[in-house]
Amino acid sequence: MTGSAKNQARRNFLRAGGALAGGALASTASAAGALAGQAQPLEVAPWSKTPGEPALWHPYGQPSPFEDKVVRRSRGAAPFPGANSSMTPLQDLFGIITPTGLVFERHHAGIPLIDPAQHRLAVHGLVARPTLFTMDDLVRLPSVSRIHFLECSGNTGREWKGPGTASLQFSHGLLSCCEWTGVPLSVLLDEVGVDPQAAWILAEGADAAGMTRSIPITKALDDALLVYAQNGERLRPEHGYPLRLFLPGFEGNMSVKWLRRLKVGREPFMSREETAKYTDSLPDGKARQFTFLMETKSVITFPAPDHRLREQGFYQIAGLAWTGRGRIRRVDVSTDGGHNWQQARLQEPVLDRALTRFTLPWRWDGAPTVLQSRALDETGYVQPTGRQLVHARGVESNYHFNAIQSWKVGTDGIISNVQV
Amino acid sequence: MCRSRRSTLMALLVAMSMVSSMSRAERLGLGQPLPETQLARWNIDVDAQGHGLPPGRGSVAQGQRVYAQTCAACHGDKGQGNPADTLVGGRGSLATAKPLKTIGSFWPYATTVFDFINRAMPYNAPKSLSADEVYAVTAYLLHLNGIVTADTVLDAASLPQVRMPNRDGFIADTRPDTSNVACQQCPAPAAVPSQ
Repeated sequence: MTGSAKNQARRNFLRAGGALAGGALASTASAAGALAGQAQPLEVAPWSKTPGEPALWHPYGQPSPFEDKVVRRSRGAAPFPGANSSMTPLQDLFGIITPTGLVFERHHAGIPLIDPAQHRLAVHGLVARPTLFTMDDLVRLPSVSRIHFLECSGNTGREWKGPGTASLQFSHGLLSCCEWTGVPLSVLLDEVGVDPQAAWILAEGADAAGMTRSIPITKALDDALLVYAQNGERLRPEHGYPLRLFLPGFEGNMSVKWLRRLKVGREPFMSREETAKYTDSLPDGKARQFTFLMETKSVITFPAPDHRLREQGFYQIAGLAWTGRGRIRRVDVSTDGGHNWQQARLQEPVLDRALTRFTLPWRWDGAPTVLQSRALDETGYVQPTGRQLVHARGVESNYHFNAIQSWKVGTDGIISNVQV
Repeated sequence: MCRSRRSTLMALLVAMSMVSSMSRAERLGLGQPLPETQLARWNIDVDAQGHGLPPGRGSVAQGQRVYAQTCAACHGDKGQGNPADTLVGGRGSLATAKPLKTIGSFWPYATTVFDFINRAMPYNAPKSLSADEVYAVTAYLLHLNGIVTADTVLDAASLPQVRMPNRDGFIADTRPDTSNVACQQCPAPAAVPSQ
């Protein structure tokens, strides 16, 4: 449906005397207020009186045209459009699985359009049998499917120096969670025979950036995957089609997309992306290197600055928690700026290194307040405050900001990003 | 260890080696053997010791010409950056409030400069420079950063010998480095901040 067709449908319905037209829970005061309080007889809507669209209206299904604002967004135009990112609209999503078309993007030299029939994976270096695999070969190998989050280590990086963005999508949207299907890397390494001296594996992309990261052999043999499918279908081009590496719980950059080569070696290869970038600067000028793990983190996704509360009363606070260390054990929520905390309900399933959805019933009395969530993982690690992070690392780390996020609720129902 | 126990151990070891050879025999057998010759054009990575550096050589003077033609439009005529990354300067800035991370101030290995340019630059035509051109533009960038002299010629032997100023500027991951407490009634309720 085109934009004008959608508007026409909306006008027709309003003319027919309908009550509240569609609209998200967080509709703005003005949009909701225009129709609130009316108690007219319910009319039969036009769509109840005529057959709708045919089957195969869209051979590949599309969201309702009324949901056309639920899209990935970039903070702005980049000087090199292929070297940019786009964020997942966490404020509009439910459950723990990110729809594939809304999974965030980060590319370093654009999205290559790769013919899978021509794609090859070369595995060589300290192996007994250097081997070239086709996609057909890889899909024949024993496979597994696992649900895991994927988070860019730069996610929330704008918050190091104070409230960085006025949007959950822009502050936390370099985060998604999908079912990933592929071959355990250990199966492939068994197949080629890894030398006992092997300690690191270089993973290289077939994109124009030739993205390269060094992966510890322990991670490669433990739970790394060679992924060709995401949420039940083949990868999308922007997520690495036809083949990507996936490292559960590690920073997203290491899950190299468009994977063409694995080289087994003794030492890390010291690529640009693990020296000049993706290292975490400290106040003394030193930088931490190989900071792979994504630490425990949570954020309230409703209400967030992308929403506005239209009236006092009952709301369900909802959010996401996740940890590269394993499972989320508990999430606490504060509705008074961090003084009192209540344990939120965790929605099953609570999976290993996957997003976990939490909820807490809440009645807003109209007074200004600050909402926060604080996650605990199964190792006992507690999500830190921003002050604790800055005390430990200063403000120049760029990456790995996992602090408790504060959303201020104003008397006008506007939600803003604050640090307390 | 008594004899019988030792023979049991021997039997176990023999059995284990049989299992291991069986599992080797049961390889899935997918994929094609990959000889080095077939791999050559993909096997481009250069590590910190210089393994993987190709034959060829390039001087600072040659690099200045390559840089002007292929790099300056995005990185500035002297590596000052905008719109792309700043490549020059920043020495001594890393421990200040305004750290400037460049090749000269931050990159720990000169070999990484070669590797990155060779695989990813220039942005609009990566993998288009010859090995000589990559050596040359690497030499020029190191010279702009005051790391090598104007008469420097770099090749597979000399490039790994270049010692970068921030070579020792990296440390291991020491996280977890915070220890928050999950208090239920926390002290000092925070005031609601102004927007």
